[in-house]
Amino acid sequence: MSDSQDNPITDEPELEQEPARKQPRIIACNQKARQLATMVLARRGAARALTQDPPPTQYPYGCTTVFAPGWEVDSGNGTHGLCQPIERDLYDCYHTCYWPAQVPDGVTNAPSWTSSCGAPMQDWKSIDLVFP
Amino acid sequence: MQLRTVLHRRFRDESGTEFIYLANSAAILALDEPTAAVVDAFVTEDGVDSEPWLKEQAKPSASELTLNDLIDLGAIRPVDETPAPRADLPPMPFPLATLVLNVTNKCNLSCTYCYEYGEDKLFDESTAGKALMDEKTARDSIDFLMRSSGDRPQVSITFFGGETLLNFEAIKTAVLYAEEQGAQNAKRVHYSLTTNATLLTDDIVDFLTTHRFGITVSIDGDKDEQDRHRSYKSGKGSYEVMEPRIKNLIKKNKERNGRPIGARVTVTAGATPVVDTYRYLAGELGFDEVGFAPVTAGLGRDYALGEQGYERLLHEFGVLGEEYVEAAGRGESHGFSNLGDLVRELHQGVNKAHPCGAGLGLVGVSTEGEIGLCHRFVESKSHSIGTVQEGLDEKARAEFLAQAHIDKKTDCAQCFARPLCAGGCYHEAHVRYGKATAANLHYCDWIRGFIDLGLKSYGRIQATNPAFLARFDQ
Ligand code: SF4
Ligand code: SF4
Repeated sequence: MSDSQDNPITDEPELEQEPARKQPRIIACNQKARQLATMVLARRGAARALTQDPPPTQYPYGCTTVFAPGWEVDSGNGTHGLCQPIERDLYDCYHTCYWPAQVPDGVTNAPSWTSSCGAPMQDWKSIDLVFP
Repeated sequence: MQLRTVLHRRFRDESGTEFIYLANSAAILALDEPTAAVVDAFVTEDGVDSEPWLKEQAKPSASELTLNDLIDLGAIRPVDETPAPRADLPPMPFPLATLVLNVTNKCNLSCTYCYEYGEDKLFDESTAGKALMDEKTARDSIDFLMRSSGDRPQVSITFFGGETLLNFEAIKTAVLYAEEQGAQNAKRVHYSLTTNATLLTDDIVDFLTTHRFGITVSIDGDKDEQDRHRSYKSGKGSYEVMEPRIKNLIKKNKERNGRPIGARVTVTAGATPVVDTYRYLAGELGFDEVGFAPVTAGLGRDYALGEQGYERLLHEFGVLGEEYVEAAGRGESHGFSNLGDLVRELHQGVNKAHPCGAGLGLVGVSTEGEIGLCHRFVESKSHSIGTVQEGLDEKARAEFLAQAHIDKKTDCAQCFARPLCAGGCYHEAHVRYGKATAANLHYCDWIRGFIDLGLKSYGRIQATNPAFLARFDQ
């Protein structure tokens, strides 16, 4: 495997290396072996994500694929100058998604955030902000 | 924990790279030296206790990483682990993909080794069906294929015989009707046929190339070889009749950019070395592919390959294998189809529960419309599984397949060749042991030797031109 650096198959799934080692310990050669290696790496990757490493990049889907201004802060770090009432989007996100970074989450930290709002079409204004 | 290396085959290429083929998963791994040493350390019947073993190692932490990789990849497993259940039968009724129509059971030649008419006489005049398939049966067969192929977008029809071209009428009827039915059922239909080429006319060549037939010509080699076993009933050899017709077929097919045309050579005792035959058929005659099949024979036939015959054949396959690997290194394909097929199966990691598609995705149809496990069984009344008119006898079909499953072949349990061989051809077993579900233990050495050749070739291609293998990606 001395030429493994130029060898295209090293781009294929291959188990992780000790840092000092240059050539791969194991190369998955045929299709079946690559499937196995991919599975093993995925299993290890999932386990690691929960413990230390940052989670892999993920792409948003669902409501966040549409850019609806309203939940950011304005230039003065406030929410008054925005084109839509912040509460509307916040409420949508709170209600339909679990999106704790942007809105108070209804699962653990702010379960009663919208309790003052019975019919959002009319009284969305009664939803208050939550400051962590 | 007691660990041991699973059932496998080790091999290496010239540069010394170590490989392992895992019989449980059909995965191929290349190993660096320390990793190969770990694999070898665990090759024992009773297993090795990993904890004390790790402590003995020069670099225990490195060895542990390696060991864990091998465990996760399934190369080393606990001794007491029950193997994962192999795939059972796929949900039945399994949709058919290929129908082999025996359009005639007559032949204009009388090859001495033929399993239908030769000395093994599976073909019994007294119980034989009609000599020629009639047009109604041909159409019934197409209807049967359309209804029995589920939602498959593509199906294949293979014409077989006897000499298929003795009943070109049935072929024509079947193809034209299949075109019509295929269009109605949104299925593409592929055609192929096996012929001895003696009856090829310009019109027939025209028809076959128009419908993009995959054509296989049964031919044994040059004039001497061909006339040795393939003769007319009068005893006159068939070579002179065939040669110009084959050349014409190959030429026209090339002009029309048809599918590759293959030669199928039956290898008998005392045959010309396959290397010379290959050169003649691929070089002189221009076949795109050449495949060799050792003759199916009961014991004691003088044309049967003895042990030495198989050894010689394997050696000659090795010589052609060299050429195949060299061509692959240059990114070119080589027409030695036995090895080409094997390398493809190795690359895809094919792992068979049944040796072939007979009774599963493929069935044969007799001249009268009776369905057999495959074309070879079609006339032997013993393995009938329905008729094209009434459909498959699903119970008989499922019972046979359950019996033929590799897990039932205890003889094969400890064989590394199992993922590819799975006990071998049912028809061969039927002839040899009178039991189609038996493992073909008489040719294990040959099969294992051939798979070894495939593994070695695979390793060498992996080292010299791995990009070549991508053409086999599924
Ligand atoms: S028939 Fe022989 S070579 Fe084939 S799988 Fe069984 S034991 Fe192996
Ligand atoms: S049983 Fe033998 S002859 Fe029939 S399809 Fe299978 S391998 Fe071919």
